[in-house]
Amino acid sequence: MKKLKSIRLFNQSVSFLVDLHIAKRAAFICFLAVMAFLLSGSFGESFISPIRVIQAIFGYGDDYTQLVINDFRLPRIIVAAFAGIALAVAGAVLQGMIKNPLASPDIIGISAGGGAAVVGFLALFSDLNHSLTVSIQWMPLAGFVGATLVGLVVYLLAWKDGVTPSRLVLIGLGVSIFLQALTTLLMIIGPIHLAAEAQKWIIGSVRTAEWHEVQIMVPVIISLLIVLSFLVRHLNVQDFGDETATSLGQSVQKFRFTLIILCSSLVASAIAFTGAIGFVGLIAPHIARRLVGSAFGLLLPTSAAIGAFLVVVADIIGRTAFNPLEVPAGVFTAAIGAPYFIYLLLKKPKH
Amino acid sequence: MILVKNKYKVLGLVIALLCTLFFMCISVLYGYADTSLHTTIQSFMNFDHSNEQIIIQNVRIPRALIAASVGASLAITGVLLQTLTKNPLASSGILGINAGAGFAVVFALVIFNITSLQAFAWIAFIGAAVATVVVLGISAAGGTASTPIKITLAGAAISALFASYTQGLLAMNEANMDQVLFWLAGSVQGRKIEILLSVLPYLVIGWIMAMAISSKMNVLALGDDIARGLGLKLGLFKFIIGIITILLAGGAVAISGPIGFVGIIIPHFARKIIGTDHRWLIPMAALLGAILLIVADVAARFIIMPSEVPVGVMTAFIGTPFFIYLARTKGGRT
Repeated sequence: MKKLKSIRLFNQSVSFLVDLHIAKRAAFICFLAVMAFLLSGSFGESFISPIRVIQAIFGYGDDYTQLVINDFRLPRIIVAAFAGIALAVAGAVLQGMIKNPLASPDIIGISAGGGAAVVGFLALFSDLNHSLTVSIQWMPLAGFVGATLVGLVVYLLAWKDGVTPSRLVLIGLGVSIFLQALTTLLMIIGPIHLAAEAQKWIIGSVRTAEWHEVQIMVPVIISLLIVLSFLVRHLNVQDFGDETATSLGQSVQKFRFTLIILCSSLVASAIAFTGAIGFVGLIAPHIARRLVGSAFGLLLPTSAAIGAFLVVVADIIGRTAFNPLEVPAGVFTAAIGAPYFIYLLLKKPKH
Repeated sequence: MILVKNKYKVLGLVIALLCTLFFMCISVLYGYADTSLHTTIQSFMNFDHSNEQIIIQNVRIPRALIAASVGASLAITGVLLQTLTKNPLASSGILGINAGAGFAVVFALVIFNITSLQAFAWIAFIGAAVATVVVLGISAAGGTASTPIKITLAGAAISALFASYTQGLLAMNEANMDQVLFWLAGSVQGRKIEILLSVLPYLVIGWIMAMAISSKMNVLALGDDIARGLGLKLGLFKFIIGIITILLAGGAVAISGPIGFVGIIIPHFARKIIGTDHRWLIPMAALLGAILLIVADVAARFIIMPSEVPVGVMTAFIGTPFFIYLARTKGGRT
């Protein structure tokens, strides 16, 4: 017998059905994510023990440790963790909506949109001496606008008496190939430093994270997550199919549109700062579904924790394994994600 | 289908062939340096080492030939893959074969410091072969990848996989990036005739094999069960299609780098013109593919003169609207 507990908040506008047994697993995952977070503070040029990391975060410890932790490592870890959270949650929602386990923000073109926008930004605002005419601080904004716009465009192109999930995926695929071609073109006709800068962004790295970025990124992502958590329980209904969902009183198309926009902005606000870290949006929800089932009440937080874990760990590896060379985090998420993906493809369907 | 009677079909093929030759002439004549038909003929009759003649002999003619053979090969691959996977959106680009070749080249460049175009060609061949085996293997293994949308997604994900490894390698090795970037975009510019000649035998074998199995392709198009019932050895036949794909897609990518969308668009146009009988469809698609790539290549020279747009970018710009149209009309079914 499952021990179920329903959680209702805010006058029943938010409600989750939580299986207590499974909730323990979710809690364990969150614990792992926090551990990875702390360990990530420890590793680097010099090793600092996790306990001293905690002390430093709360303002104790010697000046040197505080400097290293609070000024150098912490912003980077926070950016990594939140990027992971945003990508994983967006992936979980997209997979639920498209009802295809292989869908993810990178496949339906949102990431490619961000990439094209960033390269376009670098090309547009470079003068003849190949130096930028505006501050590079605007680059995340370009990435954000590009990714959200592409999400919208893909949605509109897929519209034909409503949007079917498979059409959305195929159109997204076509658009992302188009955007990759555009990106390549801009990189070839642009100056070479631009290519190098853009390349780093496209593969996804948290190397350059700073506090002022955290100050923008974290509130945006948190508020988007809050809005999503209000909406997401309706997704459970969509699992029964469009007709059933409609007859249960859901405005399926309007809801789908809202979710696409929310997911696009979520992904956009993550990759605007980190670049397109691939495969997190694909595999984190899968692992989460294995562990806690497919009801969204627990799926979203668990996906979020796994996503954060993946990106933080990928960053730890990227910065220590080939020291002094730093390998972008995106390479490692692809290294874990790709084999898992092939496994998913080869697995026989259950029904 | 526009051409119904066999008489008209032959006529259609002849016209397509003439168009191909015509556009090859255009491709030889026009570009950054202007040349005339007279110079071209002179360069064959009595070669006088003038700049124009050298350009024609060493740059323009190889380029036109390469565009034609790459276009034809990609289009044939598209026809075969679309029939094999029963997927109107299949092509070597969508299924990740191009990306596999791209990854192999970048890997060789970064890890082994190989930089010659000739070496790129062979490495690309190997990469394309590996990717073909992976994709067709996955689709043959059944699993979740059997329906059109799933095999398309599988290909897209395999592309994404190779692409992110490629990007990762490039990010670690910025010095050689500009050499690779142009190759990765897909271009028929600056390729020497030797590269074509070394790959051409494989392409020709691929073309002949494709024609040889064309009547059996018609049987396969009826569906796996019916084909088996009609006595087609499915496993062996699919294996042969795999070999042809490796020869043609691998060879094309080896010469020109990954060029997308030719393999998607052309089979559809060819089918509209000459019908679904593969004995007519394959040669028609080959000619149309050649024409498309030659025209795209000529256009690529003039858009941002004096520099050039890689022809792979051109085909992506032309092809995407068509792809979206296809996805809206044919791909929406799961």
